[in-house]
Amino acid sequence: MTEQKSTGREFTSTLTTQEIKKLERESRLQNLGRSWYKFSRNPLSVVGIVTVIIIVLLAIFAPYVTPYPRHAQAFTDFAHAKLPPSSQHLFGTDQIGRDILTRSIFGLRSSLLMGVVVLTLVVPVGVLLGLLAGYFQGTWIDTIIMRVTDIFLSVPPLILALAIASVLEPNLWNGMMAVSLMWWPWYTRLVYGLGVTLRNEYFVISAEVTGASTAHILFREILPNTLSPILTKMSLDVAWVIIIGSMLSFVGLGVQPPEPSLGTMIADGARYLPDQWWIAVFPALVIVVVVLGFNLLGDGVRDMFASEEV
Amino acid sequence: MSSEPLLLEIKDLHVHFAVYGGRLKVLDGINFYMRNGEKVGLVGETGCGKTTTMKTILRVLPMPPARIPQGEIYFMNSDILKMSNSELQQVRGRGISMIFQDPTAALNPVFNVGEQMMAVIKHSENRGKRSSRQEIHQQAINSLQEVALADPERLLRSYPVQLSGGMRQRVCIGMALSTHPKLLIADEPGTSLDVTIQDQVLRLLRALVVEKNTSIILITHTLGIVRELTDRVYVMYAGNMVEVATTKKLFANPRHPYTQGLISTVPRLTGGGIASGIPGRIPDYLNPPPGCRFHPRCPYVMDICHTEKPPLFRLDQDHEVACFLYHDQKKDTTMP
Amino acid sequence: MTTDILTATDLKKYFVIGHTSRLKGKPITVKAVDTVSFSIHNGETLGLVGESGSGKSTIAYTIIGMYRPTSGNLKFRGEELFQANRKRPLHLRKEIQIVFQDPGSSLNPRRNIKEILELPLKIHQPSNNRLDQIIHLLETVDMPPEYMYKYTHMLSGGEKQIVAVARALATNPSLMILDEPTSALDVSVQAKIINLFLRLQNEFNLSYLFITHDLSLMRNVASRVAIMYLGKICEVAETADFFQRPLHPYTQMLLSSIPVVTEEEEKLKPKKVISTGEIPSPVNIPIGCSFNTRCPFVMDICYKIDPVMVEAGKDHTVRCHLFNQPELTSNT
Repeated sequence: MTEQKSTGREFTSTLTTQEIKKLERESRLQNLGRSWYKFSRNPLSVVGIVTVIIIVLLAIFAPYVTPYPRHAQAFTDFAHAKLPPSSQHLFGTDQIGRDILTRSIFGLRSSLLMGVVVLTLVVPVGVLLGLLAGYFQGTWIDTIIMRVTDIFLSVPPLILALAIASVLEPNLWNGMMAVSLMWWPWYTRLVYGLGVTLRNEYFVISAEVTGASTAHILFREILPNTLSPILTKMSLDVAWVIIIGSMLSFVGLGVQPPEPSLGTMIADGARYLPDQWWIAVFPALVIVVVVLGFNLLGDGVRDMFASEEV
Repeated sequence: MSSEPLLLEIKDLHVHFAVYGGRLKVLDGINFYMRNGEKVGLVGETGCGKTTTMKTILRVLPMPPARIPQGEIYFMNSDILKMSNSELQQVRGRGISMIFQDPTAALNPVFNVGEQMMAVIKHSENRGKRSSRQEIHQQAINSLQEVALADPERLLRSYPVQLSGGMRQRVCIGMALSTHPKLLIADEPGTSLDVTIQDQVLRLLRALVVEKNTSIILITHTLGIVRELTDRVYVMYAGNMVEVATTKKLFANPRHPYTQGLISTVPRLTGGGIASGIPGRIPDYLNPPPGCRFHPRCPYVMDICHTEKPPLFRLDQDHEVACFLYHDQKKDTTMP
Repeated sequence: MTTDILTATDLKKYFVIGHTSRLKGKPITVKAVDTVSFSIHNGETLGLVGESGSGKSTIAYTIIGMYRPTSGNLKFRGEELFQANRKRPLHLRKEIQIVFQDPGSSLNPRRNIKEILELPLKIHQPSNNRLDQIIHLLETVDMPPEYMYKYTHMLSGGEKQIVAVARALATNPSLMILDEPTSALDVSVQAKIINLFLRLQNEFNLSYLFITHDLSLMRNVASRVAIMYLGKICEVAETADFFQRPLHPYTQMLLSSIPVVTEEEEKLKPKKVISTGEIPSPVNIPIGCSFNTRCPFVMDICYKIDPVMVEAGKDHTVRCHLFNQPELTSNT
């Protein structure tokens, strides 16, 4: 617009660079405030986020907050085995004398790690494929991507994970690979459906007509409008991945002993039901709390993105 | 003023919404009345609160963000705001029926027209009366014939997607009138339609309303339609009724500066260019301006407008204005 | 003509929306635009009127490059807009811009105003000082620069549309297609936006293709008016003539159904022309004149032969059998 003649209107720009920066900061804060407002309308969402924060902190600082950190490694103490919950051992001890509270908290580590790693791998890949397939719907790109997605989706997920994990050496990383391989198609499906609708929106057409690059359209026009469902799904998925991870270790294909894993603890403790119930029940309760926390958080995230029309 | 009972009377209605940052004080003390058989228009622009008012009458406002701190709505002498759910069910349908702006959104795409119409008729029946399926079917056909839709049998089996916009709107009108309501509220009934179809539909609506002696509230921002279809008009701005008059008097002699501004911005078929519009924008309902809510935009603003809210001053039997210019009738701001 | 910024010659745009049967069925075609020719003179506002199904939006979208024409040609200042199979070059994208009807969906709700305006600037007006450009742009449309960091849900309908106008203006175009730009807005806001358009036209010497179904608005904005029905142009005339001497029965029908607000306008409206039938389905346009299902003046020939455009006065063309025979008196 620099070639245009001056219009001589009364409105003159009085904004200095400083004022602009201030404006930007203020509006960012306002947006954060608004997001928190929407998130916190439901008190359960706040419970969710607080729970998740506590869980994450416990997992990170496990060696420092647990009463018997050494019990998380190779350790036996048959003298104190199978003790019921007491003030010494809030969750009791297991069949070889290890404190269950400590091991549960350490077990959170592998569960959360699995959640984080799997999602970090799965989300970028799944979303990218979904964006491409959705935007190029009807072309060979769409066909190839979606048919591959369909193939992966047609295998029952747990079977797939088990098959992969049993072929590979059983350990946490391979367990995570297995879960990732079966998880990505869900994100592709989700984003594909959204992308197909969004690409007909007028703001996308406007960008195309002006000459925007495909990358711009995919990542700056379409993707931001898919964030809400993606983030909501992610918060709920952490819970799912943890459950699946626990299932894998339950059948011996995830974390290997003596590393504590909630799933393995339940598996081992199952044979001591109902007399020494605490060995299996407490790790299970921990899973319940984790899953609940992430679910409530997910609800809050969904509310946060809700439209504000009155 | 005749002593006939009022069909609908709204007294000092306030409606607030809780949002980030505080409360939106949308309706600021609305007063409204109408009698049996009247055709009343409610004119206002986007954001003035007319839809909120209608939703409040039908009690379909989402009540957590919305609150009604004050006010009464009397429909046939009962306060709607104090009714129980079962009493409300009686009012909705037989008492008050509504037509929405977008007929496509108002009709459920997965049910055919017949199922939707018959459901409406069935639910609005008086308790104790149970018509047979045949009777309800016949009533549905009658309703469709009344709105001049050809081949009602086939139409009942059709799905909304198979119909044109004008036909869908007529189906909605048929549905709304099939319950023989005393009051019909039509929210922008012609807006989504082509002009020639809109003309047809609106004339049909007027004829039906007269024939069945149904009262109608026509909500719109299109002044031309109000002029053709209504007897009396309320003009609404920012949650207040600013002027009410018979349609003739309103268009011949608009008094409130907002009404004058509004009418002046309607492009004329006779040419003459476009007026410059009303400066400013609608007020922020979080912190509405004190006094008269229109004062920041008013070309005739006076000191008192900043501090006090004008009540409705009576100019004559059929014309009231909420503006201090008419407090002592000294100023005459008749449009040239 | 060298003074024409845009010329369309025998423009056709057909859409195939399905087939009559699975295997060897014939394609079902919607002839959205069916042999349309018109030109926009430099600096003028050509009004395009029509109801839904008339093809006016299809023409807009074709000009802007969203659709390729099925046949015919479209030239901008003599340069063919659709070269073989190549994508439209940047310099043509810059010159022709569009403002859509619904400001709610034409702006990305997840981007703020600054980001929305950045895109066209980035592509067509690279500069070191993007922020200054944006502020200047907002100034030009009388919007306070503080609005830069707002999102669309914080703006009113009118303000959103102003942003859409600013976005179109950012590339410094010569021709703007305005597709029902104020239909979704209140009347007082419409006045503001129209005045903005008129001012911008003056300042930047823009040409407009102004599409609307609102004839009262058209009367005050356009220098020439063309009216369309089911993909064909029915009548073209200079504005005053169009409204004082509407010739085509469809034009009269439209004009007689508009709700107006004053007595004088009522007197100006032609005698009420009532539609005698239904609008045909766009996939099944009748043989002969496509208006024959609704025209109160229909004659035998109207069911057989499609009329062609004829001159019926100074700069006034109409496509109707009533005007092919000079002895027949017209109904105005």
